[in-house]
Amino acid sequence: MPLIKNKQLSQDNWAYVADDAVLNADYNIVSLARWNQDRETLSKQENLGLRLESDVIIEEIVADLSHFSLIELAIPVFTDGRAFTHARLLRSRYDFKGDIRVSGDFMIDQIFYLNRVGVSSFVLNEQDDPQKAIAVMDDFSDFYQASVA
Amino acid sequence: MYQYTDKDQTLIDERVTQFRDQTQRFLKGEIADDKYRALRLMNGVYVQTHSPLLRVAGPYGLLSSQQVRKLASIARDYDKNFCHFTTRQNIQFNWPALERIPDMLEELATVQMHAIQTSGNCLRNTTSDQLAGVAQDELEDPRPYCEIIRQWTILHPEFAYLPRKFKIAVSGSAQDRAATQFHDIGLHLVKNDQGEVGFKVLVGGGLGRTPIIGKVIKPFLEKKHLLSYLEAILRVYNIYGRRDNKYRARIKILVREAGLKEVSKKVEVEWTHIKDALEVSEQTITDMRAQFPDPAYQLDLAENADFTQALANNTAFNTWVKHNTEAHKIAGYRAVYVSLKAPDSPPGDCSDSQLDALADLADSYSFGMIRATHRQNLVLADVQEADLFALWQKLDTLKLATPNINTATDIICCPGIDYCALANTSSIDIAQGINDTLDSMDYIHDLGDLKINISGCMNGCAHQSVGHIGILGVDKKGVEWYQITLGGSSENDASIGRRLGPAVSKADIVPVVKMLLDIYLEQRINEDESFLATVRRVGVKPFKEKVYAAN
Repeated sequence: MPLIKNKQLSQDNWAYVADDAVLNADYNIVSLARWNQDRETLSKQENLGLRLESDVIIEEIVADLSHFSLIELAIPVFTDGRAFTHARLLRSRYDFKGDIRVSGDFMIDQIFYLNRVGVSSFVLNEQDDPQKAIAVMDDFSDFYQASVA
Repeated sequence: MYQYTDKDQTLIDERVTQFRDQTQRFLKGEIADDKYRALRLMNGVYVQTHSPLLRVAGPYGLLSSQQVRKLASIARDYDKNFCHFTTRQNIQFNWPALERIPDMLEELATVQMHAIQTSGNCLRNTTSDQLAGVAQDELEDPRPYCEIIRQWTILHPEFAYLPRKFKIAVSGSAQDRAATQFHDIGLHLVKNDQGEVGFKVLVGGGLGRTPIIGKVIKPFLEKKHLLSYLEAILRVYNIYGRRDNKYRARIKILVREAGLKEVSKKVEVEWTHIKDALEVSEQTITDMRAQFPDPAYQLDLAENADFTQALANNTAFNTWVKHNTEAHKIAGYRAVYVSLKAPDSPPGDCSDSQLDALADLADSYSFGMIRATHRQNLVLADVQEADLFALWQKLDTLKLATPNINTATDIICCPGIDYCALANTSSIDIAQGINDTLDSMDYIHDLGDLKINISGCMNGCAHQSVGHIGILGVDKKGVEWYQITLGGSSENDASIGRRLGPAVSKADIVPVVKMLLDIYLEQRINEDESFLATVRRVGVKPFKEKVYAAN
């Protein structure tokens, strides 16, 4: 699926690895459950990403953030706005410097706000127009609230 | 009144462009129904039974005559020559075509108006006291804080997809005229023991299916912490609010289920992180207060002999002054209620010609400003007593001077099944029926202070649960029935009405209301005991016994 990163259509090198599969990509994303279970082994892994579901308690993974170069926020349904807070906290309060990507059932029309709260890459859905997804990041030229992007 | 900066204007212009693009993509089939629904709701567009509805924001109820003229021209050009004022000081158009809504928004933007976040699961329009800045019992004008909150809420990137809608109301007076105890967050300007003015913060109030009175989460909040504290509450709500059931998703349910103590604890932790970074500076507050100066009052007005004489000689005028005007902080002025509750008109509706005429009257008599009230009337807040007679005559010609403010025919009423796709029953015709039955103004005035609220479904848009008499339409096997509650109030003495008994049929509801009023007249100790006070003293029992004995 198309990936927008840093406002560009990009090659996606990351692969999400199911909990019972071996890590065989160069850049592997694992679930929080797997991380909690195999922390010892996984922490030796380079280029590790962590997928978080929207019901995660973000404070519980803060101490582990240094192990990851990517956090994926999986959005179960576009009306679930928790990822907006998660991204903001990761980026501003917990100073996560890696890539924050969103995947799942989000709309192109949410990208402007997601970008504002610190999300840096977007796994689009097949029907989404990548150029439109990039263009909407400039829908507004000014804001009332401070950005953490 | 707050005047837009270039930044404010740019933002609403860009929102028009964005919404036009979203609507065009929807009409071309590029956005799915359920997704466009969320997008259009966040711009005040509902799809009703017959047509879309556009809800325009009335920021804390304040409108200029120029804005009111624009509402009139939009009513003419895009709708059926009228608009509707809502219980949250907003303005609704009932008959626009979806493809023309972007054009309406573009016209609204030319007078610093928009429809941003007037619906949807996001931060809604901030409401306030219609007598802000003029009330005698005011500690401080709440409008500068409303505007600070308005700007913080508009296009807030983090809180656009909340579990459910979120409403904030601010009051600066001893008497709460903004129903702040029934908002997700209610803010009261209060003075602490050191004589400093700050906010008492209430959380978790609300109406609808589960009416709950808000609880004090912070007895005193320094002004500089206004936004950080709001943001802390919203962040806790966004994470912990229920998303599994939309009828359990408001913050009132979180507060009820987790408990005030637990919610408060989480808010405090969050607030500690952000309070310094999000401080509202003294300069910001000073600058914002300067946006709401007193108009150029004449401060040396002597008692006006013509006014005194007209009061003595003209009973109808005297009655109108008594019921439809309110004391003002400046001697020689009064605040005038423009009744949108004429007997033959749906509550809250206003025609294009009435709007145009009101704009002219505001220019002539009230510094060009008009306010919307949460009971669906309008206010000309700064009228000299010497002008009241002329103003009354003109309002009377326009059918805007029915002397019924806060009486039995000043009914809050939702659109009901005539317009609304959610409604189970009609409501406008019930209001109409009550008006027809109460055809004697003397009888209405004898009944005194009375708030009758009528909703056509459980969602309770007309706040029936806080009506002195609340009427709720319910559908039973395809037939319209009406449940009655007594003794609700949304003011300082907030309470939720108690059920009278089983629902009554459509044929019976108006006669039953008349019966309730007659029972009150029998029961009250004297003319000074209001309907609400009587119900509180005697309970629902005497009402119940008579009504169900007869039905």
